[in-house]
Amino acid sequence: MNWITNYVRPRINSLFSRREVPENLWTKCPECGTMLFHRELADNLQVCTNCDHHLPISPRERFDALFDGGIYVEVKVPEVLADPLNFRDQKKYPDRMKAAVKKTGEKDAMLVGEGEMAGTDIVAAAQNFAFMGGSMGMYVGNAIIAAAERAVEKRCPLILFSAAGGARMQEGILSLMQMPRTTVAVQMLKEAGLPYIVVLTHPTTGGVTASYAMLGDIQIAEPNALIGFAGTRVIEQTIREKLPEGFQRSEYLLDHGMLDRVTDRRKLRDELVAICRMLMKQPPAVAGTLPTPEEPPAAEAGEPEAPEAAADPAPQAAPAEAETAAGSEPDAGSKAKP
Amino acid sequence: MSNYLEFEKPLADIEGKAEELRALARANEEMDVEEEAAALDKKAADMLAELYKSLTPWRKCQVARHPDRPHCKDYIEALFTEFTPLAGDRNFADDHAIMGGLARLGDTPVMVIGHEKGHDTKSRIERNFGMARPEGYRKAIRLMDLADRFGLPIITLVDTPGAYPGKGAEERGQSEAIARSTEKCLNVKVPLVSVIIGEGGSGGAVGIATGNKVLMLEHSIYSVISPEGCASILWKDAEKMREAAEALRLTAQDLHKLGVCDEIIAEPLGGAHRDRAGTIERVGKALQEQLRVLGKKSPEELRKERRQKYLDMGKKGL
Repeated sequence: MNWITNYVRPRINSLFSRREVPENLWTKCPECGTMLFHRELADNLQVCTNCDHHLPISPRERFDALFDGGIYVEVKVPEVLADPLNFRDQKKYPDRMKAAVKKTGEKDAMLVGEGEMAGTDIVAAAQNFAFMGGSMGMYVGNAIIAAAERAVEKRCPLILFSAAGGARMQEGILSLMQMPRTTVAVQMLKEAGLPYIVVLTHPTTGGVTASYAMLGDIQIAEPNALIGFAGTRVIEQTIREKLPEGFQRSEYLLDHGMLDRVTDRRKLRDELVAICRMLMKQPPAVAGTLPTPEEPPAAEAGEPEAPEAAADPAPQAAPAEAETAAGSEPDAGSKAKP
Repeated sequence: MSNYLEFEKPLADIEGKAEELRALARANEEMDVEEEAAALDKKAADMLAELYKSLTPWRKCQVARHPDRPHCKDYIEALFTEFTPLAGDRNFADDHAIMGGLARLGDTPVMVIGHEKGHDTKSRIERNFGMARPEGYRKAIRLMDLADRFGLPIITLVDTPGAYPGKGAEERGQSEAIARSTEKCLNVKVPLVSVIIGEGGSGGAVGIATGNKVLMLEHSIYSVISPEGCASILWKDAEKMREAAEALRLTAQDLHKLGVCDEIIAEPLGGAHRDRAGTIERVGKALQEQLRVLGKKSPEELRKERRQKYLDMGKKGL
């Protein structure tokens, strides 16, 4: 008996567990069931290569793909009070936080970065659904305010990628107060005449949609993302009927006039570049914008001024816009690059 | 008193007995029950004082939702003159869950907007139990805009379980409507005073409650989610609403400590429903005082201070 439990069984177990190891390298598409190799999936921005289903993507992965060469500087977010209400449900709030920090390696549910996207200065903020459902608490509020302030300082667009179940209940009323707080952040951008572009990703619901995520100058959604105020279960219980197919999904919202566009994640960057540059009155970006060191700009006859043009108009455009914003923002001019 | 809350049961028994005795006496003239009835009254009064001395958060939720509690319409009828209701969002419909219009508070013309829950089955259905649809918020935006252009102070009376979770509401952009309404609150250059008179239910409340000053009645509540909703999500058991109400810190007293509520308006002993006129009068006085102070500020100051108030929020915990 002993040798069975001590020897045979571990061997059998190890055989099975060894077979499980490669599973980490493979992800099963929740939509079509195709096994996707992790590297291939990452190269495809976490979009299924078979059915184009959009899987979750972390803020860092997104930023790596969004910013030129994956280079960006993280914008510092002011610290918040930890557990202001001493909230405790079945677990203590600080314990839930610790678990989320451990799971994601992030401080909280939003990452803010600044850098260039096809030579266009931008600030980007991305919500992390893996961190307590992306929930909006004081940190997320501070992150959005910091992002808006930085964008105003740099006089550049803010692109926000939303993903959240809603407000963070563990911060009680203070999480609800992030609705007006983040709205103030959006107003800062509007008054400075700077674009605020929202990309809604799966899922964006609750108080998040009822504030900053629906106040964009341009509203884009990734395909088939769940976007809505109330949860489908709550609605079904309230109205006592089955909801139609595709209810609260991106395409449904587009049909009902609630969005500007539904865009595939792989085409998103080009679209964002085009929109930002048009709204900022900058010339079009040049295809394959990154001027690589081995290829000097002079290599192509028609293009030499292009990389410069990409960098130049910003300072030119800035003072012009500073004038229009001067009424409400007296020091906008001094913040603009000379 | 027809409606007793669950925790008021013992009180109901005593008050019922006193009432019965008096009814008996009325029927039979030789009976003298006054002494006994008075004793019962005294006992009931003591019990009421004891019950309301320290209400638990969950009991406060029940008081805040009490069907006899004065609602928006009651305040408007009693406090304002020349109330002229204004309807419609100019897009789709008129939402009866949010009412509003021009009125005078004392001599001052103002815009008053609020959630109305209704007081009987018919009116509750018509008012959708105070749960507004996008049209309601879009009407509020329109009225706030009007007030802003003509320099009229805005008063909002908040009393909603939350925005309506319905199919049409979602299709017509419930979240966008609330977001824009909050944005409008933050944009206006006139005084905006909000009073939470009953339930401040999540985003549905915020949409019209983002004021320069937020006042709360003593037993009103204001929360990110209903205790029942929170319990079913975090405790996986909707019956744990007592614990959830405790944890959410949704009482006027806690919100005052957190800087979310600027002033608590005391309620008569036993809650607003036991002395409706008295409660309404107190709210009127508080509103007049707030408008007097805010009226001295410049339009720019009003907007700037309102925004700063929200930016600064969350710097102190409990």
